[in-house]
Amino acid sequence: MNSKLYVSSSPHLHSGITISKIMLDVIIALIPALVASVIIFGIRALIVILVTVLSCVTSEYISRKLMKRDNTIYDLSAVVTGILLAFNLPVSINLAIAAFGGIAAIVVVKQMFGGIGQNFVNPALAARIILVASFPTAMSTWSKPFTNTFSKADIITTATPLSKAVVGTYDKNYFDLFFGIRPGCMGEICAAALILGGIYLLIRKIITPTIPICYIGTVFILTLILGKDPIFHILSGGLLLGAIFMATDYTTSPLTFKGKVIFGIGCGILTVLIRLYGALPEGVSFSIILMNILVPHIEKLTITKPFGKGGKSIGKA
Amino acid sequence: MEKTSFKLEFTKGIIKENPVLRLVLGTCPTLAITTAASNAIGMGIAATLVLICSNAAISLLRKVIPDKVRIPAYITIIAGFVSVVQMLVKAFTPEIDKTLGIYLPLIVVNCIILGRAEMYANKHTVLPSIVDGLGMGVGFTAALLSMGIIRELLGSGTILGIPILTNLIDPVIIFILPPGGFFVFGMLIAIANKLSDKPAKKAELGCSSCPLGKNCTSISKKEEA
Repeated sequence: MNSKLYVSSSPHLHSGITISKIMLDVIIALIPALVASVIIFGIRALIVILVTVLSCVTSEYISRKLMKRDNTIYDLSAVVTGILLAFNLPVSINLAIAAFGGIAAIVVVKQMFGGIGQNFVNPALAARIILVASFPTAMSTWSKPFTNTFSKADIITTATPLSKAVVGTYDKNYFDLFFGIRPGCMGEICAAALILGGIYLLIRKIITPTIPICYIGTVFILTLILGKDPIFHILSGGLLLGAIFMATDYTTSPLTFKGKVIFGIGCGILTVLIRLYGALPEGVSFSIILMNILVPHIEKLTITKPFGKGGKSIGKA
Repeated sequence: MEKTSFKLEFTKGIIKENPVLRLVLGTCPTLAITTAASNAIGMGIAATLVLICSNAAISLLRKVIPDKVRIPAYITIIAGFVSVVQMLVKAFTPEIDKTLGIYLPLIVVNCIILGRAEMYANKHTVLPSIVDGLGMGVGFTAALLSMGIIRELLGSGTILGIPILTNLIDPVIIFILPPGGFFVFGMLIAIANKLSDKPAKKAELGCSSCPLGKNCTSISKKEEA
């Protein structure tokens, strides 16, 4: 037989996009926020990021090895999880706790459910919630910008704008909020850097704007209706980080356009409800995780009909 | 011959047919009270006492109880023994009564006890039933105790109230919260599955691969039919 007639199984065309290329783009998009956190919080921010990344990659390698599966550390997804996890931690966090978070994210949330593409919630966010539940004091000790050094004794702790807003003592300063001159988690503070990263992801077509726009738009409209300051609510807390980098995670967000709209609006409603009426000052992580769990149901309800099927014509046939 | 079968009846409850980890019965008290090792011991002993007594009584009465009303009859017998145990605990160890709270009277509806009555005691004579109850009780206590030790050690840094890790690491509070309970529970089930017989092949999933398969009434009925 002529070997030229051999037909391989589909797909016949490959766009050339691989997981590692996508993850590399996400890492590039995260660099502005990383630089901002190092400038604002000092070199310790970089150390925390290195610890979580190292912990994530090592746990990925070891757990894949133990489960006798192929090694996936080169797809860089563990690196992204590590950076995102560090972005969700305060800079003063104990390094052992940060490493524990990395292990929880990769081993418990990701690999136990089958690895990349199989996790039912975002690993970095789930690890953050595990840490918040386990170490409430360490996870809510915020340092003032530009005061952090190596020794723990020098840290000047303060409340985040959101928790100040709950008790009504925050003086609004959009400039500081936009450029991240405020206490908070390492990656969430600098809105400018996060938006820059988001624009990069949009240009590279790694994410579609549907989820971030629906999410942030819902928060804007709801806080406006409820008589709060919408711009303050968008710039403070982890909303931008969550909307751009966490809610758009491929594995844990819906595939269809309608599904993405529902997902984004749901995240927005939950975030506003938790922030304004819940016991916690911040609710981005919980709302994204909750919507992550609903994704299979959202996808089932918004399934795309094949062309020519469904609608009224079914009865006639 | 009889001696070895007694030994088997006793040991099967510890790993192979462990009521909590292999049969997944009685999960409610397992998850709720294992935040500390001392609770686990109290609960385990109380449930074991009830289990032995109810197995013995039901085995004695197995020919008297009409089949149609056997469940209410079993529940009445079990409730009687639970009341006795509850009064004893209240009288002699009021602290344990306080920590166990509602879960002590809830032993009445613990499915391990009803399960053993239905699966074992109503088909066997008194002595094997007592040994079965003892084995199952020890298995239940062992599972609760291992969960309690792990959760207390990691979640509060102590074992039976004695500080072990308190100065070394910060306690990981999530282990004494419900999610940590489910996590430890799942890990122990995985270990118990690994330690017992080879896992059933996928094709065999169903009634025949269940550890209760031998004793289950629905299977034997199907075979008869």
